[in-house]
Amino acid sequence: MAGQPSDIVVLFPVSKSAHPHRVVVTGAGILTALGAGWQPNAQGFRAGRVAMRPVSLFPVDRQRIGLAGEADLPPLPSTRLGARQMKRMDRAATMLLFAAHEAWIQSGWGPSDDLPLVLGTTSGGMMLGETYYRQAIQTPDLRRGQAERVHNYLAQRQGLNLADAFGFSGPMTIIANACASGANAIGHAFELLRRGGARRVLTGGYDALSQVVFGGFDSLQALSPTRCRPFDVRRDGLALGEGAAVLALETLDSARRRDALILGEIVGYGAANDTHHLTQPHPQGEAAVTSMSAACTCAGLSPEKIDYLNAHGTGTPLNDSAEAAAINKWAGTHAARLPVSSTKSSIGHLLGAAGAVETVVCLMALQGQWLPPTSTLETPDPACGFPLVQTPADAALEYALTNSFGFGGANASLILRRHP
Amino acid sequence: MSGVFIAGLGAVSPAGWTVASLRSALAIGLPLPAVDLPRPGWARRPLSVRQVPPPEQRPAFVTHPRLRRTSPVAHHTLSAALEALGVDAALISSGALTLGIIYCTMNGCVNYSRRFYDEVLKDPRTASPLLFPETVFNSPASHLGSLLGATAVNYTLVGDAGVFLQGLALAAEWLTDGRVGGCLVVGAEETDWLLADALRLFDRQAVAAAGAGAIYLRTGPERGAAVRLSAVTNPHLFRAGIPRRHAAQLAREEIAFNPPPALLCDGLQGSERSDRDEREVWADWTGIRISPKRILGEGFTAAAAWQCVAAADMLGREPFSAATVSVVGCHAQAIAGQFIKTNPTES
Repeated sequence: MAGQPSDIVVLFPVSKSAHPHRVVVTGAGILTALGAGWQPNAQGFRAGRVAMRPVSLFPVDRQRIGLAGEADLPPLPSTRLGARQMKRMDRAATMLLFAAHEAWIQSGWGPSDDLPLVLGTTSGGMMLGETYYRQAIQTPDLRRGQAERVHNYLAQRQGLNLADAFGFSGPMTIIANACASGANAIGHAFELLRRGGARRVLTGGYDALSQVVFGGFDSLQALSPTRCRPFDVRRDGLALGEGAAVLALETLDSARRRDALILGEIVGYGAANDTHHLTQPHPQGEAAVTSMSAACTCAGLSPEKIDYLNAHGTGTPLNDSAEAAAINKWAGTHAARLPVSSTKSSIGHLLGAAGAVETVVCLMALQGQWLPPTSTLETPDPACGFPLVQTPADAALEYALTNSFGFGGANASLILRRHP
Repeated sequence: MSGVFIAGLGAVSPAGWTVASLRSALAIGLPLPAVDLPRPGWARRPLSVRQVPPPEQRPAFVTHPRLRRTSPVAHHTLSAALEALGVDAALISSGALTLGIIYCTMNGCVNYSRRFYDEVLKDPRTASPLLFPETVFNSPASHLGSLLGATAVNYTLVGDAGVFLQGLALAAEWLTDGRVGGCLVVGAEETDWLLADALRLFDRQAVAAAGAGAIYLRTGPERGAAVRLSAVTNPHLFRAGIPRRHAAQLAREEIAFNPPPALLCDGLQGSERSDRDEREVWADWTGIRISPKRILGEGFTAAAAWQCVAAADMLGREPFSAATVSVVGCHAQAIAGQFIKTNPTES
């Protein structure tokens, strides 16, 4: 067509590499109820320490449940953020910044005008939104602080904080696929790198405890009134937690060129949508089978190659039975030799952070060659045709798979590989 | 010629429940009437919003078991999506079409979130378990997937208005990678006094609006499709040292200049404060310009979707060669996109 403009190379269309790039992790940061940073978390997950405690962030005296994996917030690290910006940050933003700082420092990255950011969250700065609402109805004429709360409540502000803190810019993508958000974010970042759409990506997930979400899970009677025991025959619900995990991902070529320390490799990602019910999985975990199979196809692996599976394993009767059925079907005869655990027994369900935190747990396990136990497990559900890791154990691990499933049917699986 | 083509458009807006009603309102060119929403405990000045009028007929989808108690934002999403998909909606559950879904929103289900939190504050023991799942950002995308039987990848993206264009770019990637056979991108919002109250803190002239826009993309022109998604710029973040105006300028510089007759569909809404940066950056545009938000209101991601739907619709019907969409978000990023008219015989 005469006069038709030519395409321009921007976000779309992008040039693609002929061969997929290998994607490695060169930085990892984590904050959970087990502690702030890689070391305390690695020790805690390896030992299967349980970090549940009474919730202190909001009133729970009228809730059925009062325990959660509440984290201690460390002092904010020194970044390019000014004191005023840091003062405005809420709990979720603080946890995200801490995890990102740890990953950033470890990666050795510097300021950049071309660094995509991909984050997963379910509720952004929800606690600020709650404060906004309470003030709006209790003192309607008092406007002080309200604009600032709106500004910092939005998830994109927490992403922008990271850009300001470390001096980078680039496309920012925030995926809110409920409890699979963190895994979808890492998976999306992986795909971006793999097809040559970026050289480096900062990615992860975060969520803080909030009254509305705690009340929500309690209203669904999804919280355990006893103890979160994933895959236990007497399991009776999940425990909520909070935290953040951030990964510095880059292509293997990029990492090698700068002689970066490589913590591990992401080799596969699969995602699928479960259309069965808004809050309940398909009883046979059909979408979970699809996402695990797709991750294996992406990685060029058969299930027999997977040495450890970090399950979504919330501890609710429905999730764990569906996931068990899915693992049995997907792994086939290999299931009998596949160690499986749910680290939610230690820190609770971190919702939008869960997939990212559990990816870091897999990195830890691959690096340290150990299996994180489900230490609250008492009597394994006989529906599990696979060995459940109940006590700390060493193991030779090459590949680990982590599952994340969310409300609404978002299913995601990631496969990680040990880096020699 | 390969490419990513628009295979369908859908819209729900203060003008009505179809693209035709959106087109008609834009042709008339007058701001649609706003209604007042009472704000509890604050009688001084009501909050003006532009709501979606009741549908002429009850949408058939509300009889689906999943959708009986769903929120307005879910209804907007579903209606726009089904209009965009047209007959292809029937291909999905049989597996004849692998459909990707990208649902974009800034505020999510604010109605049910406010109601649920209010119940938690009053007495968490009686807070409704029916409300809470609908408050989750991805519930409209989940309902849409369930209604269609779509089991492929389904992402909910959160951000300011520009996230809709990011969604188009992501859809184009999925299509060109062969990951999906078609991809639906929806931007949707709903109104509530809480949202209007928050918007008023930043811009007293802005009028919050509800609705959704949907674009159904496929590779290769089909059924006479003649509008192609040609480019989406990088999203330029508002951050230290890069204020909103600068970000808007960067987005403009990235988008190709189109000789006349080209169309600009901008995000101006008639508010001095919100419009200033975008108006200055595009001040020298000499071609035809339309500003859907002046007519419809500040619909955040839905408004960006209306802009894209309106641009693509006009491109398909009127003698323009290309249409540029400028989206300067309220909070995070500026971005632009471009559609071009293609002669189907070139394909």
